[in-house]
Amino acid sequence: MKMTGIITAAALAVTSVSVSAETLKLLTWKGYAPKALVEKFEKQTGIDVEVTYSNNEEMIAKLRATRGSGFDLAQPSQDRISSVQAKYNIYQPMDYSKIKTDQIIASMLTAVKNNTNVKGKSYAAPFCYGTSGLVVNTKAAPDAKDYDALMDTNYKGRISYRLKRPTLIAMAFAKGDDPFAKYSDVDAYTELMEGVGEDLIASKHLVKNYWANGDALLELMRNGEVNVAMAWDNGGWKLHEQNPDIDFVAPTSGALGWIDTFAIPAKAKNVEGAYKWINFMLEPENAAYFTNQEKYGTASNGANEFLEPKIKANFERSFSKADIDNIKWYPPVPAKLESIEGKILDKVKAAN
Amino acid sequence: MSEYDLEVENLVRDFAAFRAVDHVNFKVEKGSFFSILGPSGCGKTTLLRMIAGFLEPNAGDIRIRNESVLGVPPNLRPVNLIFQHLSLFPMMDVKENISFGLKRRKIPQSTIDKQVDSILERVGLPEYGQKKINQLSGGQKQRVAIARALVLEPSILLLDEPLGALDLKLREQMKIELKKLQQQVGTTFVYITHDQSEALVMSDQVAVMDKGAFEQIDTPKNLYAHPKTGFVANFIGENNSFDATVSSSDPFRVKINSDMEFNARAMTGLSTGAECQLYIRPESIVINPLQNEPMNKFSVTVKNVLFDGANTKLLATIGDTGQEIMAALPQDKRFDHIQPGERLNVGVYDDACTCF
Amino acid sequence: MPYAGRLTLYFFLTPVLLWLFLLIVIPHIDLFVISMQVENDDGDMVWSLLNYQAFFEEKIYWMTFVRTALYAILTTLLTFIITFPVAFYITKVLSIKYSGFFTILLLVPFWVSELVRIYGWMILLRESGVFNHFLLQLGLIDVPIEMLYNDISMVMGLVYTSMLFMVVPLISSLEGLDDSLIEAAYDLGASKPVIFAKIVIPYILPGITSGSIVVFMLTLGNYLTPNLMGGKNSLWFTEQIYNEFIASFNWNQGAAFGFLLLVLSTFIIWLGLKLTRQNLSRALS
Repeated sequence: MKMTGIITAAALAVTSVSVSAETLKLLTWKGYAPKALVEKFEKQTGIDVEVTYSNNEEMIAKLRATRGSGFDLAQPSQDRISSVQAKYNIYQPMDYSKIKTDQIIASMLTAVKNNTNVKGKSYAAPFCYGTSGLVVNTKAAPDAKDYDALMDTNYKGRISYRLKRPTLIAMAFAKGDDPFAKYSDVDAYTELMEGVGEDLIASKHLVKNYWANGDALLELMRNGEVNVAMAWDNGGWKLHEQNPDIDFVAPTSGALGWIDTFAIPAKAKNVEGAYKWINFMLEPENAAYFTNQEKYGTASNGANEFLEPKIKANFERSFSKADIDNIKWYPPVPAKLESIEGKILDKVKAAN
Repeated sequence: MSEYDLEVENLVRDFAAFRAVDHVNFKVEKGSFFSILGPSGCGKTTLLRMIAGFLEPNAGDIRIRNESVLGVPPNLRPVNLIFQHLSLFPMMDVKENISFGLKRRKIPQSTIDKQVDSILERVGLPEYGQKKINQLSGGQKQRVAIARALVLEPSILLLDEPLGALDLKLREQMKIELKKLQQQVGTTFVYITHDQSEALVMSDQVAVMDKGAFEQIDTPKNLYAHPKTGFVANFIGENNSFDATVSSSDPFRVKINSDMEFNARAMTGLSTGAECQLYIRPESIVINPLQNEPMNKFSVTVKNVLFDGANTKLLATIGDTGQEIMAALPQDKRFDHIQPGERLNVGVYDDACTCF
Repeated sequence: MPYAGRLTLYFFLTPVLLWLFLLIVIPHIDLFVISMQVENDDGDMVWSLLNYQAFFEEKIYWMTFVRTALYAILTTLLTFIITFPVAFYITKVLSIKYSGFFTILLLVPFWVSELVRIYGWMILLRESGVFNHFLLQLGLIDVPIEMLYNDISMVMGLVYTSMLFMVVPLISSLEGLDDSLIEAAYDLGASKPVIFAKIVIPYILPGITSGSIVVFMLTLGNYLTPNLMGGKNSLWFTEQIYNEFIASFNWNQGAAFGFLLLVLSTFIIWLGLKLTRQNLSRALS
């Protein structure tokens, strides 16, 4: 009898503890929730932050599997929201009144609002942006200026890229085509991508590996095992700090620009906490800390003054005015394209 | 051609510093049943494994039908071994077990079939060919193991305590069967055991082994009646043993204490005053001997009657000395009245008192 | 009391049945239902066999499966060939005093996660890795060799990952094999290869079978090793399932693949048992 009492009391104590401590479950990319900022946030708000690292595809799959529950805040790329939302209804509309919108670069906010609009409601706020392009060891591969360097026999065995949709799109641009223009025409898009797939298969023997883990790629480049890679700009800049020969190169046919956002899952438990996190992360000082750390561009309005000078230098070194104008920003991906691309990517991987 | 199937000469085997087999010599006559009897750890298994070929001797020679087999691996020696636990192959049926050795000799299947059937007949297991090993009783397994070896018609069949795992009744029965079988097939058997009854009942010749060396090789009857060493006297059959001193050499008399003296038979050269061991078998002690019978007579105090059917024994102390002695108590009603505490007159013939 | 006995039976049976139903049967039924549906042009789910049809009609799908299955069989074989001498040595050659120690030694690498072990191999084999470093130092090669990202390194990784699951059943069945059986066969005239083929292998066949089934299934279902060590050519069937679920958002196709993996691997195991005249319940007992 006494024993039962103790156990009940203990059980109650445990439940009450878990109720009183508010938690925020974050589904995001690696590096998007730096430890220092998480600690600062926890101190300020008393909310515990639980971080799960993921990527666009897995974020969608996870939220689809739970029908939008299990997480309080996700950070998908802006182009991967609208079609997914229309189909699976995994996010809830963003209440922009709860966001300190004056902290956000206005043009970017507008663009994200437009691109994530489903039936009159928008679903995301911008967090950061960056580009995909080439990370090159300029000494070993001085002529790598465009994506076609990834198929150049001169760099045989020293090439690496991700076997994911950005590669297909980049190669399509390198062919002189415009895949974004063909987004709405499934047949034309399929034809274009099948052509790209064939090119990738034909040049497969030149590739060292298809990288899946960003840190592992940087390690390969640092060791000189890879000299030309398609990767995110920040990776190239990180390496540049250690080895000036390596740098991010904006490809002549255009770097691929992306914006990662904040989006609240449909069945989020701690919606208030999610808005607090969004506002916290976009505070100029915090956003600048993130950018200094990870070298991604920030959507925060006043962050510039807190940025280290070399961040600016990175950008200026890699992007001329023409390069900036030439950035291909991802438009929202229509449904069905992913399965077309998936099959082509499988074929490339399976080919010998 | 010699009439011996097996000749072992000065065989020595060491395990590191330990000498397991120490200069052993013996010959086994063709068609005989030869046993090696000894306590566990005496080296008999080592000896057997050397004959079978699983161990090589450090010195000495082994000849089978006049040919040295040193360096010949077990699979090429004309001997077969029945293992202690029989070691039938559990994944094969009876027939596959028996034909295993024949198949290695590339004998045509039709011949194999005939031979297997005939050997199964001979060991009394006809129609058992398709049985699984785990369907057989202990005795049947025994016979299959023997059939598996005999079908190869070895010069010598070696048996490593194969009856050890059987229960008592079955063991008694198998002893007789084995002996019969051996006489029937005429194969030379070399049998090792620590059970003297097995050795005595079945063997033509028995070698008693101790500490790596042979003590005596003889017929069972002689081992019992004329042991050549104290170890044999003690090991074969039961014996009462006493520390004694030779008090006179002709007639030979020994003293086991200040006032007990025995007329005895010296088995080795013992001179007056020498220390020796006196052995008296329980079954040679006569209770209530006739007055005029010429024998060693003395009185004992009954301590206990150890009833064991035909093997019933009397445990008593000699005179007032407290030295214990065991005597056989025949179950023919004459001695049913004996109770603990009683004083009895007993006697033993001079010849039955052996000294070493 | 039969009533109490039955109650006890139910008491102990319930968790087992719950486990079977909640964790195995129900998810598979769900998987099967999803696999039997496709999305039509209006975005609605309709019943169809198209997902299964796609597997057989699209060469890349079934070729990937065939490739995966063949490599899994090869891995199983190699694992047996490599682990058998080890198991034999531990159980039959080493004295008991050391065999326990060596068994533990075999287990030690499996106390760290598969991922860590694979990265360990990658550090050894990569172009700027330990092996190349030594080969260069010794002057055996002039230029570093890429030892990773090919089928050989992938199979090696798979074999390494699987060894434990083969060596343990082998050791336990070899322990059951009485040395005197081997000696008896030797005594009856068998040569060493015959003893191996007719006595040792048949005796431990149940152990080989259970080890092989486990290794085959684990290899077939492995995702990490082919992906990390195999590199660019190593499309594994599980990766294809992953891609359908995660990259293409086509759960129906992925579910069909998952179900096909279950059915086809079961068929391969059944075939293997038939060919070696084995019985599943005996192998797993």
